[in-house]
Amino acid sequence: MHEWALAESVIKSAVEHAGTEKLKKLKETGVVFGELQAIDKEIFVFALEELRRQFPAAAACKFKIILEPATFRCKACTHEFPLKGLRKTKDEAEFIHFVPEMAHTFLKCPKCKSPDFEIAKGRGVHISYIKGDR
Amino acid sequence: MTNIDPRPCVIEERLKNIKRVIAVTGWKGGIGKSVTACTLALLLARKGYKTGLFDLDFAGASDHLILGANGLFPKEEKGLEPPVHEGVKFMSVVFFSENKAVPLRGANVSDAIIELLAITQWGELDFLVLDMPPGINDAALDVMRFARKAEVLAVTTPSVLAHDVLARSLDLYKKLKVPVLGVIENMSAGGRKPKGALAVIRTDRGLEKALGRPVSLLKTRFAADLGRAVSGLF
Repeated sequence: MHEWALAESVIKSAVEHAGTEKLKKLKETGVVFGELQAIDKEIFVFALEELRRQFPAAAACKFKIILEPATFRCKACTHEFPLKGLRKTKDEAEFIHFVPEMAHTFLKCPKCKSPDFEIAKGRGVHISYIKGDR
Repeated sequence: MTNIDPRPCVIEERLKNIKRVIAVTGWKGGIGKSVTACTLALLLARKGYKTGLFDLDFAGASDHLILGANGLFPKEEKGLEPPVHEGVKFMSVVFFSENKAVPLRGANVSDAIIELLAITQWGELDFLVLDMPPGINDAALDVMRFARKAEVLAVTTPSVLAHDVLARSLDLYKKLKVPVLGVIENMSAGGRKPKGALAVIRTDRGLEKALGRPVSLLKTRFAADLGRAVSGLF
């Protein structure tokens, strides 16, 4: 249930953003799930539904989940590569789930074996858009 | 196109029930910051304070070795609840690295710190001790950004090099209006307290053998000196 903490950050952030942008009604929020963090969508959505009670401004907001594939760019050899095909144990996947930066400990560039790569896309959870009425 | 990192907005919430945040710093490496941070956390816990310890030195995490905190892992409960070891709630990147190297660039360190600050449920604490990495880097800047109530406890050694770097760090903290609790001169030969220092901690040849054994660590001359040094602060 560590997804709960991230769901709370999303709903709180959306409500705060709506306040800053003077949106009277929060209608829709785009929530990107980076493939690397492998967030459990079911738990996350359950947490959002529970959290709505604490955040009335988000009571009617639709949260649209968008999955983003993870891609990496090696700093050592400039090779670009996807997550698919990189070997990791179940434990290692779990550690990356909690802290995506652990990818640098457990994954390496398939071409030159360097752990010095950039997570170009698909790291973790972020908000891609917020829609509402002014 | 909006692009928002939602994590920072819950960090204040995660830290709201912590009365005091003590950042143990010192910009040189190898001057005893981690042993000071761990011993301070153990001393506070022994006094009955609800205490947490967060090892922020991702590249050189060693608090788990000092505390002998083996086989621990946070509990998943609406985030991560740090395991309690010797009365101290303890969080470290080492829980997620299997004690392997964590080769992170600055931006990655920042991302990992924000992630852990956002998901760690510390609950109610009297003190959260932060073991800071050497230098003024992403970890230090992030702590100043997110843990606004942090107070600095600076560690130095008798070396002129450490003193010079310390002076620069104190100057910066003053400019940034970060409160400095005091300066502790570690690895001292004893004698008079240097100008500006809160206390001196004498070189303790028995310290190395006590690492990994909190009960023994608290019986060292190091712990006694540190206890005296900070007794007036808390």
